[in-house]
Amino acid sequence: MKQAELVIIGGGPAGLCAAISAASSGTKVVIIERNKSLGGQLVKQTHMFFGSEKQYASTRGIDITDILLDELDKYKENVEIMTNTTAVGMYEDGIITVLHKEDNYFKINPKAVVVCTGAFEKSLAFPNNDLPGIYGAGAVQTLMNVYGVKPGNKVLMVGAGNIGLIVSYQLMQAGVEVAAILDAAPKIGGYLVHASKIRRMGVPILTGYTVKEAIGKDCLEKAIICQLDEKFNQIFGTEQEFDVDVMCISVGLTPLNELLAMRGCEMKYIPQLSGTVPVRNENYETTVENVFVAGDTTGVEEASAAMVEGYLAGLCAAAKIGHKPEDFEFRKADFVKQLSDLRSGPVGQHILSGIEQIVQ
Amino acid sequence: MFEKTGIPSIEMIMEKFPTIDRINKGPVAVVECYKKIPCNPCQTACKFNAITVGDDINNIPEVNIDNCTGCAICLSKCPGLAIMTVDGSKSNDTVQMRIPYEFLPLPIEGSIVKGLDREGKYLVDVKVLKVLNPKSFDRTPVITFEVDRNYMYNVRNIKVEV
Repeated sequence: MKQAELVIIGGGPAGLCAAISAASSGTKVVIIERNKSLGGQLVKQTHMFFGSEKQYASTRGIDITDILLDELDKYKENVEIMTNTTAVGMYEDGIITVLHKEDNYFKINPKAVVVCTGAFEKSLAFPNNDLPGIYGAGAVQTLMNVYGVKPGNKVLMVGAGNIGLIVSYQLMQAGVEVAAILDAAPKIGGYLVHASKIRRMGVPILTGYTVKEAIGKDCLEKAIICQLDEKFNQIFGTEQEFDVDVMCISVGLTPLNELLAMRGCEMKYIPQLSGTVPVRNENYETTVENVFVAGDTTGVEEASAAMVEGYLAGLCAAAKIGHKPEDFEFRKADFVKQLSDLRSGPVGQHILSGIEQIVQ
Repeated sequence: MFEKTGIPSIEMIMEKFPTIDRINKGPVAVVECYKKIPCNPCQTACKFNAITVGDDINNIPEVNIDNCTGCAICLSKCPGLAIMTVDGSKSNDTVQMRIPYEFLPLPIEGSIVKGLDREGKYLVDVKVLKVLNPKSFDRTPVITFEVDRNYMYNVRNIKVEV
């Protein structure tokens, strides 16, 4: 069994920041990442980030990974990185079981853990939604921005949240036609600056619409959409057809945190945080001692907030196991302020109303 | 309506434009940021203290048109690509506008391209004067084009025919 001081599960934006924070405080950190490289979803975010300078605003997500890895490299004597490694269990005695590639299964016994497992995409139910050509937005981004593969020629985007809007823009940059963006909600969910920049490329945004049916023999050939009334019931006779070979489903994310439930952390369903999330204290420690959390796993939000949460959780986890830096209070106050700044506007109000229900 | 379509009304646009006197004096930034989001790189980017977001990073940026030199540094820094510049000092008939443009192929300097409105509809032909794409713009090129004054409130994009 491998012994460790602090294990960080998930090497995305939250996990990397947690690792930087903890390693810079003198903690020996082990990062467990199931993919072959670190960075999580950052590696496909070709757009510039919002926020302020401290959250790397105006920098493209793809470049933020390198910034974080360079920072982490400064403390490399304290950092062990295990890629191609999946945490498959967290037990009540604190043991974490992991699978490296497909053959090496072993246990780790850490003093503390920060779970930064992110979120997963929600699906949408409609007839024939399993036809080839119907993708989640994450898959489209991976194909296009990681592997340089066009997912198709003409796309119907389902979902006008930030991801739907951003991926539509990226598809157009890749030379793919976007026929329309639709969303069941009566208003555009994403930032309106994103909506405007797609709209002025000539792409219609249809709010109050849903997918009625996908049609195709071996793969997607046609999408039929229809309007929704104020109770989200389909309105007969409002159908529209789109000849598309790709439908991109971007109807939101939900926190990925079964490991926390397995470990016995108290969980609560909080709609504002997009799913079931762990109850925690202001240091991002769950109801199980020495189990910390950060990022989308604690509630779906922007990557800028995930990074700051990571820094904060990593700092607090390090302090908890005996690596409290001299400037702990100063650093903590800075992260807390950054989070409150990010959440002080109308978008943040919604998130805050969810967080209120889980912080003890 | 804007929240349903992503298309600002002409009243909203006019509110963001400086006076015609200011436009005629030289280039000035027009920041089309209509909704509060946590974001302030425009303020950080401006060397002339011409854009203020303030302590609350969710505030709508405000442009000080006296401080603004129209240098266009903010254009490639705004993650929402919401900023352009307008310059009415060069001609009585046309204005020069600069927009961020992240698509290939880039237009060729001196060519005529289609000027589009905020719905992506063809409005008027515009002449491309300059295409700037230095490393410091970080893959957000800035295009300068000349357009008939009558269209300055409506033109917001270009289409390069391949």
